[in-house]
This record gives sequence, structure tokens and C-alpha cells, in this order.
Amino acid sequence: MNRIGRAAHSFAAFWWDFLIGDTPELFLAVVVVVGMALLLRNYQTAAIIVLPVLAIVSLLASVRRGRRMH
Amino acid sequence: MSTTSTTVLLLAVFGASTVEMVEALTIVVAAGITRGWRSALEGAAAAVVGLAAIVAAVGVPLVRYVPIDALRVVVGGLLLVLGLSWLRKAILRASGLKPLHDEDAIFTTITEDLGQGVPTATGQSRRDGVAFAVAFKGVFLEGTEVVLIVVSLGASQHRLGLAAGAAAAAAVLVALVGVLVARQLSTVPENTIKLGVGVMLSSFGLFWVGEGAGVHWPGGDLAIFEFIGIFALVTFGSVAWLRRVGPWSDLLTPSINSQEMSG
Repeated sequence: MNRIGRAAHSFAAFWWDFLIGDTPELFLAVVVVVGMALLLRNYQTAAIIVLPVLAIVSLLASVRRGRRMH
Repeated sequence: MSTTSTTVLLLAVFGASTVEMVEALTIVVAAGITRGWRSALEGAAAAVVGLAAIVAAVGVPLVRYVPIDALRVVVGGLLLVLGLSWLRKAILRASGLKPLHDEDAIFTTITEDLGQGVPTATGQSRRDGVAFAVAFKGVFLEGTEVVLIVVSLGASQHRLGLAAGAAAAAAVLVALVGVLVARQLSTVPENTIKLGVGVMLSSFGLFWVGEGAGVHWPGGDLAIFEFIGIFALVTFGSVAWLRRVGPWSDLLTPSINSQEMSG
């Protein structure tokens, strides 16, 4: 692999590790949070409740998964 | 943007930078002691210059040319991913389910690796490519996460200079303390700082995702503090609960033992 290829590989590996790494569930959860925020932009009350709840539930689910793994 | 949310921005960037720079300092000190200080410090300085260049090259165009709402949704998503993963890690470490980040062990490993077959000694002035490369890589890799936080938080609030200044202040502070105590900073409560920064990053992330998408949080910027309170409560509650119940395998042990005894 040439120098540019190695640099591209390192760059992709960094972003993979940063966004997904060993917690793909958190990445998926944030995609859902962003999607819900866009969907609920015209339903303020629902958005104000749903978005924080989604974030908290995602964190707890990921911690639970981490507990199973350790 | 209010003074209060700017204060939280400064605290978040300063805390994140402190955590990452403590880890970088461990690598620089190990390289300096085993291979010579001149090259290790040159490597670290080159990495800092590189990181500052990335902040300027990526952050300034983001602030000037990308529509603010789109920027806030993307940046909020990134901060939320980073914040939640830091919180998860910090919760598992604080509850004893995952080992704490051991700077002493890392320092020993790097020192042993670098010290094998090295003809150099501390304080020498000759250039050493290995020391330069190890220090550069350590500072650059640890600093990349800080750059992401600086660019994300700074760009979304149009406070790039302030965010970069907070990160630089943390780097200088860690370096000064490192020089004064002449060793890596294993006594820094890294997990506690990580926990606090995770709470702040998650709060900012959630806030910006909503704001960027067009959600108007009650209380405006003050919603950030409500999120900080909620995330902190959930975090400390989780740690307390996990400390009480222990790892998953503990729940299985009695049934396995009873099966073994009955079998």
C-alpha cells in the first residue's frame, strides 16, 4: 500500500473507531435521535420529551451491554 | 449565546483537553526519559502545531461557509456520540466493571519498549528519530479528539478562538505540572474528569441536535443545564446501581454453583 493509501486507511480507521468502535449501538442511537429531531421539529412538545428520553435510554442500554461483556 | 453556556463550553473543552493531554504527557515523558528530551519535545511541539493547523483549516471554513442549522445537527450528533461513549466508559470504570486507565502501567510499558537496545541517555542533545516519532504520534493521536471537540463546540457556537484557547490553556497547564513534578500525571482523577466532560458533551450534543433541527428547548440556552442535571443524575445513579449489583456474571454464579452441586 502506498503512502496515500495508508493515510486514507488511517483516516477511515480513525473515523470508524471514533463513531462506531466497540459501541455501534450508541452510533445507531444517535442516528435515531437525529432522525427523530428532524421528524418531530413541528411537534415541539413531543420532541422536548422524546429526544432526551431516547438519549438516556440509549446510554442505559449501552451500559447494560457493557455490564454483560465484563 | 449566553455567558452561562459559554462557561460550560470552556469547561467541556478544558476538561477534555486535560484528560487527553495527561495521556499524551505520559508518552512524551516516557520518550524523553528513555531516548532524550530534545527529540521528544520537538515531536510534541510539531504535533501541537499540526493540530492547531487542523483547527484553523477545518474550523474556520465550517464557521464561515456551512449553514448554521445543518452544522449544529451534524456537530450535535458527533458530540452526542462522543459524549455518550465517554459516559458509558466512565460509568463502567467508576463502578469497577472495567479497569481504570493506568498511566503508570502505560508509562512502564512504553519505557521498556523504547529503552531496549538504546545507546542514548537522558539529557543528550543528539536528535533521535524514534523519540520524535513516538512523541509526535502520542500527542497528535490524543489531540485529535480534542481538535474534534474544539471544532465542534467552537463552530456551533461561533466561538472557535475561545474553544481553541481553552484547549491550549489545558495543554500548557498539564505540561507545566508535568515539568514541575517531572513525571507522568498518574494521580490526576482522569475518570472523574472524563465523567464530567461526558455529561457536558452529551448535553451540548442533545441541545444542538434539537436546535439545529428546529426544536425550541424550553428556557433556551438554560436547557443545557437541565440536560447536564439529567445526565449527571442518570450517570451517578447507574454507577451506584452497578456497584451494588456487580457484574453480570455474579448473577449467574449461584445458579451455576447450584447446578454443579446438584449434578
